[in-house]
Amino acid sequence: MDKIVENVKAGDIRTVARLIRDIDDGIPEVRDILKMLYPATGKGYVIGITGAPGVGKSTLVDQIVSHLRKKDKTVGVLAVDPTSPFSGGAILGDRVRMQRHSLDQGVFIRSLATRGHFGGLTQSTRSAIDVMDAMGKDYILVETVGVGQDEVDIVKSAQTTIVTVIPGMGDDIQAIKAGILEVGDIFLINKADRDGADKTYSDLRTMLDMDHKKHADRGWRPPIMKAQAVFDIGVAELLEEIEKHRQHLIDKYGETHSRRIEGRVREELKEMVTTRLVEGALSKILQTGAFEETVAAVLKGDLDPYTACDRLVPSDLV
Amino acid sequence: MVAKPGLDGHDRGARIIARAYRDAGFEVVYTGLHQTPEEIVEAAIQEDVDMIGLSSLAGAHKYLFPRTLELLKEKGADDIIVCGGGIIPDEDIPILKEAGIREIFTPGSSLDDIVHWVKDNVKPR
Repeated sequence: MDKIVENVKAGDIRTVARLIRDIDDGIPEVRDILKMLYPATGKGYVIGITGAPGVGKSTLVDQIVSHLRKKDKTVGVLAVDPTSPFSGGAILGDRVRMQRHSLDQGVFIRSLATRGHFGGLTQSTRSAIDVMDAMGKDYILVETVGVGQDEVDIVKSAQTTIVTVIPGMGDDIQAIKAGILEVGDIFLINKADRDGADKTYSDLRTMLDMDHKKHADRGWRPPIMKAQAVFDIGVAELLEEIEKHRQHLIDKYGETHSRRIEGRVREELKEMVTTRLVEGALSKILQTGAFEETVAAVLKGDLDPYTACDRLVPSDLV
Repeated sequence: MVAKPGLDGHDRGARIIARAYRDAGFEVVYTGLHQTPEEIVEAAIQEDVDMIGLSSLAGAHKYLFPRTLELLKEKGADDIIVCGGGIIPDEDIPILKEAGIREIFTPGSSLDDIVHWVKDNVKPR
């Protein structure tokens, strides 16, 4: 175990790759390794990139990586793709846009499937971020499809979150529905050469204006930027804004450990406890076999699901 | 991992294979077109995959497939199983298998067979 910790800190790719698999598979022993790695975390800067499928997140990540590499920064990328709810399988295709960095030893790219464990994705992604942080990556980019609670929670672990949109995709009402305005530190209109970019810009601005008091309290109003990531247009400017936001966080919270902010620590810990409780309790309930019997009883019409639930969940647990 | 080594630009087959594995419950990393064996091996190691499926339609499989195996060995990752598929003449199959490619799937292979081969022969490392 000491050897694993040592290898991760030394940046050994195979050790890190295996550890992230074990994290994802929920192998209990990794907890002890993560405990030992934690003191080595806190130096990496985490950037979340989210947005609907097809807005160009992977291409954007690819370009950000190039810019960071030009500044001699090392980069870890976590690309999260959805698991099929029908088969449990997934096609992880984000690498396609980033493969030119494959041979660069300063870049580590890892794909993760959402899998659909309760809260597990958030937890395992955060742990994977910690591992990349401990292996010494200066920047960790986390890319997720910005739908669903889990994905929003992931980007909340980032210090700077970029919400990517494209012109002509949904009106301002869609933006409220998705709840993306709350998580964005920077808004990026990608494919900005398309018709409707100005309309999207003004829609976003109007939406942000409604939150102006919150922004004033926070001391940061999310900028709205335009880019064409595939041509590397607007990406340098995006990096400047990321740097400004980083400076804003340092001014506000100090440089000690910019992810160790009270609200965030509280929320993450609460989620961790929740996940552990739910996973533990659920596996106990499923183990007994009572679950299948109860399903059969509800199917036959002998039992209503509410009573079934009461019977399955031990009263001392709730 | 489903990978397209070399310079041919036809990845419909690779995509269909990736889709079939997904539908069978696998997590499939797809690398995209025009990959060098070096890029494929590095990606496979970073992703910690159990198996690599190489797709080739342009005739360079006799170099690209063994080269991939060689690099895996160099990196100490030759426990990753490598299979191939695509337009591969019958007479090349023994050569590739000799080099360490575990199975070759040519046109006409059913998706079910390909998926089942993996279920039967590939265990998580």
